Amino acid sequence: MKENTKRKLFPYLLILPSALFLLVFTMYPCIYLVRLSFYEYNLLKPPKWIGWKNYVDLFTRNVDFVVALKNTAIYTAAIVTILILFGLILAVCLQRESRINSFVQRAMFIPHIVGMLSVAMIFQWMFNEKGLFNAVLAIFRLPGLKWLNSSDTALICIIIVAVWKSIGYYALILLSSLKAIPAEINEAALLDDAGPVNRFFHIFMPMLSPQIFFLLVTITINSFKVFESVRQMTKGGPGNSTNVLVYYIYNYAFNYNKYGYAAAAGVVLLLIMIVMTILYFKAMGKRVHYQ
Amino acid sequence: MSNPNMIRKAGQMTGRAAGIALKLFLALIFIFPFYWMISTSFKTYAESEQFPPSLYPHTWTLEGYQTVFEGLELGMYLRNSLIVIVAIIILQMAVSVPAAYAYAVYEFKGAGILFAMVLVAFMIPSQVTFIATYIMFSKMKLLKTFWPQILPFGANAFGIFMMRQHFKQIPAELIESARLDQAGEFNIMIHIMLPTAKSTVVTTCLLSFISHWNAYFWPLVMTNSEEVRPLTIAISKLKDLDLGVVWPTIMAGNALLVVPMLLLFLAASRKIIQSMAYRGMK
Repeated sequence: MKENTKRKLFPYLLILPSALFLLVFTMYPCIYLVRLSFYEYNLLKPPKWIGWKNYVDLFTRNVDFVVALKNTAIYTAAIVTILILFGLILAVCLQRESRINSFVQRAMFIPHIVGMLSVAMIFQWMFNEKGLFNAVLAIFRLPGLKWLNSSDTALICIIIVAVWKSIGYYALILLSSLKAIPAEINEAALLDDAGPVNRFFHIFMPMLSPQIFFLLVTITINSFKVFESVRQMTKGGPGNSTNVLVYYIYNYAFNYNKYGYAAAAGVVLLLIMIVMTILYFKAMGKRVHYQ
Repeated sequence: MSNPNMIRKAGQMTGRAAGIALKLFLALIFIFPFYWMISTSFKTYAESEQFPPSLYPHTWTLEGYQTVFEGLELGMYLRNSLIVIVAIIILQMAVSVPAAYAYAVYEFKGAGILFAMVLVAFMIPSQVTFIATYIMFSKMKLLKTFWPQILPFGANAFGIFMMRQHFKQIPAELIESARLDQAGEFNIMIHIMLPTAKSTVVTTCLLSFISHWNAYFWPLVMTNSEEVRPLTIAISKLKDLDLGVVWPTIMAGNALLVVPMLLLFLAASRKIIQSMAYRGMK
């Protein structure tokens, strides 16, 4: 009998540490963040309750928050579209088992395991006005661009870096779902001499749509987290042209010492993440259903 | 063999050659930036300022590396990086393995809700929680210690998930027969089940190592003292080391961060790709 009780309690004992860590370092900070957002809080003076003022300031007084939201939305829309479209194209092109395809797959994957800081530093150098990209333009007798130094192109540069870093990763995920498509369907199409374009639109797209929706949500979540490339390459500039949500939060907290206000911006990010998470689990459920 | 057939065959051959050339070019797009980093790191300052740039260093020099080694206390930063990584991995194993095991093997009340909590935690990124976590650690006066870089990663939601999948695959008879032999539950976990999970555990550690070696955002916001900052933070500050921006120096420092990852990838690319793609598939 006693042995039995012990056995019943044992699993709770096993999960206790992990539950504590998740409570203290994930759940509690979320609640604390919401509370902070109603305070004027700067680590120097005692915190002061100010109600909704931080939120009012976010959306009405400081125009830069809306700019940061807009930049993040543009960035996300661009990344999601490019990664899924080109990821699919790459997956289809590299689908056959061959030495060259496996080599290209590996090469494409390398940027994924290198830190964003390092990637940003390399690209910052290549985007330099005396850097590699302008040298390539010069070969074609085109005038050099200002890349990161112009508010017209800086956000595009941030997008290029993100695409370069993660396209291989997403292409490989799509590739493995392509391989999960029953081989007979693909073989039948190959026997019918269906070209890659035909196979793409009539077989892969419909078969993959649950997986694509799932990736769409995942990529959106990851895109909203963009920070390191911005911090390293542009610090949000020129002007506010590359200021994004997380950099905005960071900037107000650590450079302007306005933690309460930054927390309010953080709550907006939290809400976006909650919506995305709900979509994520819906997508996961759907995917299981289709398989 | 008729003529149109030969033309068709020749066409196919050119098509295939073009395809291979295109694919090689594609691979080059992903490899060249790393070559460019290494190549720049061995250039003199004067050569790095030339336009158009030289494809490889015409005068090889170690100046860049020398500046990095002399200007930064590399030993200290490397030590800090390793302390944090090793501590995180040990903590994660101690916390996540038992949890994963419990979720996989036992049926108990509340398991569903608790596991849902793990999944939700998996979705809430540190970019959301960092302000609150920072203030928590600042109130505890811990920002000059290693703890803020270690403790928040104690429960590795992805690790729990991956190891749970592994434990689930082990036949239940294995546990039943051990119970008949009067083995305690704890002993069954440590001596019978855990050894079967060796490869999954190693993979989880490997992924943790990669992700925390590369960590930049978290240590940037969670540290208040050079004494505890990791290598990434030091390298990111190389710009301030010299007057102006000296790219060979910056690229030399960056190479110190990147090359270990490249070597790791060369050694274990199949394992890394499989486990990371699995994370995305999940």
